[in-house]
Amino acid sequence: MDVVVCLRRVPFTQEVDLEIDKGQRQILAENLAFVLNDWDNYALEEAISLKERTKGTVTAITVGTEEDEEVLRRALAMGADTAIRIDSEGLTLDPRNIARLLARVIRGLRFHLILTGAQSDDLNEGCVGAMLAEELGLPHASVVNKIELGEDVLEIKVELEGGIEEISTIKLPCLLTIQTGINEPRYVSVMGIRKAAKKELKVVTIEELSLDKEALVPDVYVERLFYPPETGGAEILEGDPHIVAEKILRILRERGVIS
Amino acid sequence: MKGTILTIAEHRQNSLREVTFELLALAHELGKAQGLESVCLLLEGEEQSLEGELKGWCERVLVLKAKGLEVFNQEIWQAVILKVMGDRRPFMVLFSHTPWGMDLAPSLSVSSGYPLATDCVSVVIRDGTPLATRQIYGGKLFAEVSLRPSGTYLISLRPGSMRVENPFGLVTQIESLMGIEIPQKTKKVFKEFVDTGAGEIDISQAPFLISIGRGIGEREKLEEIKELAERMGALISCSRPIVDKNWLPKYHQVGTSGKTVKPKVYMALGISGAFQHVAGIKGSPTVIAVNKDKKAPIFRVAQYGVVEDLFKIVGALKETLGG
Repeated sequence: MDVVVCLRRVPFTQEVDLEIDKGQRQILAENLAFVLNDWDNYALEEAISLKERTKGTVTAITVGTEEDEEVLRRALAMGADTAIRIDSEGLTLDPRNIARLLARVIRGLRFHLILTGAQSDDLNEGCVGAMLAEELGLPHASVVNKIELGEDVLEIKVELEGGIEEISTIKLPCLLTIQTGINEPRYVSVMGIRKAAKKELKVVTIEELSLDKEALVPDVYVERLFYPPETGGAEILEGDPHIVAEKILRILRERGVIS
Repeated sequence: MKGTILTIAEHRQNSLREVTFELLALAHELGKAQGLESVCLLLEGEEQSLEGELKGWCERVLVLKAKGLEVFNQEIWQAVILKVMGDRRPFMVLFSHTPWGMDLAPSLSVSSGYPLATDCVSVVIRDGTPLATRQIYGGKLFAEVSLRPSGTYLISLRPGSMRVENPFGLVTQIESLMGIEIPQKTKKVFKEFVDTGAGEIDISQAPFLISIGRGIGEREKLEEIKELAERMGALISCSRPIVDKNWLPKYHQVGTSGKTVKPKVYMALGISGAFQHVAGIKGSPTVIAVNKDKKAPIFRVAQYGVVEDLFKIVGALKETLGG
């Protein structure tokens, strides 16, 4: 099975204070570390394991700058056969335009299945996958947490709310957006990534896709970013751990959950 | 003709999802301010009659009843909604940002050419166009977004964003949709629903939960928490990353895709407080959160917070409780 997997590099923001830049429309990214989007990491692992089970191929694609090639190198190290970066050429692209660019490239590839992450850690839009599928006229399913291979069909599980899962079948070729927890992404060593540096990484420009930059008008435009409004918030229990522990125990006794 | 806001009803296992009423609350709020009619589109099976539940919530329900509409199918829903949008030209269409809504709205945006803002937590209309607020970077920042000028705008709403209590007392007309063809063969075919929530313990009924998240760092550390929980008579629950890593079975998970809990006290250790998680603990009157990151969103919903390494607190709690 030939699988195309779409990846995105995102800033790592856990335990990090984010600052909004002067223009109010972006965050200050200079001091942030960047990683492969968590959902995409699971999609990538799923693509590689499908390839291994079926003796197929994996093509990893991202839209971005030269720095974003880092996620493609990681994919190559994990076992992807080819990697393609669509050069974003300094444009701020919304999901619709990212889907448009991806579709242009993927249309020319041989594939049975396209995987993306269910959403990205940064902007949380959760829509590039389904948009891309529609661009390509493919059936699709979102938030998939299990894939089983059939003849020309997959049996999939979609994670719904409240602990309920939906089992269905979907015809190939198709696109699935992947939920975290579907597998255990393998470890990639620095050595592995260094070795993968020799593998080919193709760069495609917007012009080469016969698209006009001017025509890439965003559907969604960020007017401004702002910090969450102050709410009452938590009463902070201060002091050294033993003092804090005493305070917590007092609360637990007051609420009657310990004696 | 009066403009409309069209809400796409979501239902599962013969009951309307709560988020449908949230969408209708948003439609009502915007409709009242802008003079738009709130119309709900309901696709349901031959034997179903969910329209009764929508009385008072909107001004009109468009019902399409047919075999095969018992369970959501994006291909069918998309074909029907495209037709309805073409006939009625709504000003805005509201979807839920749920796994099904995530399948439907983006794809409909491409096939219709109408712009879509997903996962919005609030929407206002300014100068005739929608301005939506979204939470980004795990709730650490908010973004206000506008949409490309269009005859119709598509918005998907994050579940839990609107407060829903009683119907608005609107006179609701029920209108049956006729002459809409339903695709008979679809490439995705539903088989069954399975419930993953059942397990050895039931956290949804526990009066005291000690809940762990990504912050515990290593699987081995779970033992320390288990000891503490046992000493205190608490059950252990967790956030999504713990289940993703297979450190605890799914029936321990709290949140939108796990369980909704309502303990007297919920002690969150190393949980950042993603909205999917927080949605599951709204029923708990007392949340005590311990997290190293003072900006963690969990502190916004907790009554008590401790900004500290959770294991220092766990250790101190054990020592204070004594042997």
